[in-house]
Amino acid sequence: MIRGNAKMLLEVKGLRAKVGGAEIVKGLDLAVRAGEVHAIMGPNGSGKSTFAKALAGHPAYEVTGGTVAFDGKNLFEMTPEERARAGLFLGFQYPVEIPGVSNSAFLRLAYNTMRAARGRDELDPLEFDDYVREKMKLLEMDAAFLDRSVNEGFSGGEKKRNEILQMALLEPRLAILDETDSGLDIDALRVVANGVNRLATADNAVVLVTHYQRMLNYIVPDYVHVMGGGRIIRTGGKELALELETRGYDWTKVAA
Amino acid sequence: MNAVTARHPYIESLLKGYEMPRSGISWLNELRARALERANALKVPTLRDEEWRFTDIGPLTKAAFRPAAGAPRPAPANIAGYFVPEATVRLVFVNGTYAPELSATAGMPQGVVVGSLAASIAAHAGVIQPHLARHAGFEDEIFTALNTAYLRDGSFIWISRDRKLPAPVQLLHVSTQPESAAYPRCLVIAEAGAECTLIEDYVGLGDAVYFNDSVTEIVAGEGARVRHVRVQRESGGAFHIASCAAVLAKDAHYASHTVTFGARISRFNLNVLQQGEGVEVKLDGLALIAGRQLADTHTLMDHARPHGRCRQVHKCIVDGGAHAVFNGKILVRPGAQLTDSSQQSRSLLLSDRAHVDVKPQLEIFADDVKCAHGAAIGQLDAEQLFYLTSRGLSDSRARNLLTYAFAAEVIDRIPVPSLAERLKQTVLARTQAVA
Repeated sequence: MIRGNAKMLLEVKGLRAKVGGAEIVKGLDLAVRAGEVHAIMGPNGSGKSTFAKALAGHPAYEVTGGTVAFDGKNLFEMTPEERARAGLFLGFQYPVEIPGVSNSAFLRLAYNTMRAARGRDELDPLEFDDYVREKMKLLEMDAAFLDRSVNEGFSGGEKKRNEILQMALLEPRLAILDETDSGLDIDALRVVANGVNRLATADNAVVLVTHYQRMLNYIVPDYVHVMGGGRIIRTGGKELALELETRGYDWTKVAA
Repeated sequence: MNAVTARHPYIESLLKGYEMPRSGISWLNELRARALERANALKVPTLRDEEWRFTDIGPLTKAAFRPAAGAPRPAPANIAGYFVPEATVRLVFVNGTYAPELSATAGMPQGVVVGSLAASIAAHAGVIQPHLARHAGFEDEIFTALNTAYLRDGSFIWISRDRKLPAPVQLLHVSTQPESAAYPRCLVIAEAGAECTLIEDYVGLGDAVYFNDSVTEIVAGEGARVRHVRVQRESGGAFHIASCAAVLAKDAHYASHTVTFGARISRFNLNVLQQGEGVEVKLDGLALIAGRQLADTHTLMDHARPHGRCRQVHKCIVDGGAHAVFNGKILVRPGAQLTDSSQQSRSLLLSDRAHVDVKPQLEIFADDVKCAHGAAIGQLDAEQLFYLTSRGLSDSRARNLLTYAFAAEVIDRIPVPSLAERLKQTVLARTQAVA
């Protein structure tokens, strides 16, 4: 929902970022206010995922220029854990498997870290168990996922549900969901999208990074941005996504 | 008995004042005499010996150790923290000497003997003589020869045919005396169809520098099942050199869980001999060391008969300037067809100065077998670290959790829950200090 007076959550100006020595993001501007849902679309290699990872602070992604203010603070002065504690969440395109760490212990540790950062009491394992089971219903996840190692042996769809479960637990101010729709069948997509919709409020914001339009049938964006060559080259409403679906990405380059 | 003059001053100092125990048991006297002869004749290994090429025991040979004696026994309260609650039967040795007042041996089921070797040897000579010092060879192993020369007491566990020990047995070796040498000894005989879980535990109180030279022999009869947990948590200044020989008859199961935390220098030789067809072996190892520690594990899985199956996982977590060694040999003898044996070794280096030497060895002399080995050495995974920190965990917490997870695979399989939990806490505490 667009409200001109809503709080500015993310303000990106002229961002440049490198990975593996190559500059991938080349002067990106973006402003996200509370309550908004943005979709960043673009062909492979346009810089979408690099942008997402640079925001979260992945050490392999080097920021070489520009500024990012998150909730008014300089994002690049914060470590990845500080960004997370300040309310920035990255839903991974490829969630990482961590054998030997149970999902329940990981989720509880992350949740309690966030509670502590917000000055609230930690939940003990029993309290947390009740709480997380409630949240899992939202994503139609079986409780058996709690006992397994983090993402280990999860299917693509199960990993993505686990990402959104983390989003549900951590209650971020800004969630960047990197290709959350990839690898999902249509039922899983509906469940995951429904979960995201239930979590979106007037006080937080969601940035969907996606190659395809299909998730936007379920999560309706306020803005659609098209990336090309490391910058946002076109911005429109939800109808822009439909246009991309029928016409492909090539015309955007010409028009830009 | 006149001892042959030792060639090495170190052996000389260890054997100084050696007195042959006056035992009325002639076979035992002969055994010790022969071992003493070998201890005097054998060379102290150096880096030039293939089996010791990564492990410099120089600091050990420079220290002077006297046979442990006369130190006060610790009060039960001081060692009760090491008692494993599940183990209703417990033998405690203090500086190598059996401490009956700290032990618990009541309520033994019929057909089971758990007690001190010295107390059992006369009554059960017919059972003990065919096995004692017959499996852990001392002809070429100087430390086994020393241990056997000093053989006076130890643990004796005998489970007769088809008997099952309902609870684990803990053999707790507590060391308190500085500059002392002790020679722990253990003989386990599980007859056909017998079952037991054994916890062999080495604990150092305080920071004393001492030397434990330990030998364990395990005999598993046909279809017997032996689970063997070995925890080495000696003091940081200690020297620990140990051998274990496990001999398995047809269809026997042997599972070994070895955890190494302590000692300045430690060496553990585990030799598993498959003497019958169809055995099932699991060998898990974990070494977690830091500072200037050196931990060396040498294993030999000897498939001498067909249809043997072995799964081995060995992990090292090395921090500071510590040095881990793993030498794992799988030997498939001629005729040992349909052997299925695999070995995985994984090492985690937590500092730039940490060092690991890994040497897998496969020697296969049969043509219809399945054998595999893999070795990986690395650091904590950067993607896993980022994933955890992106969820708000601090960098040190994330490292701690991942280090712990690396160790968990081995610890989670330890079949004694309270001990597994204790060891988990130790790993967490250690890795927290690291982070």
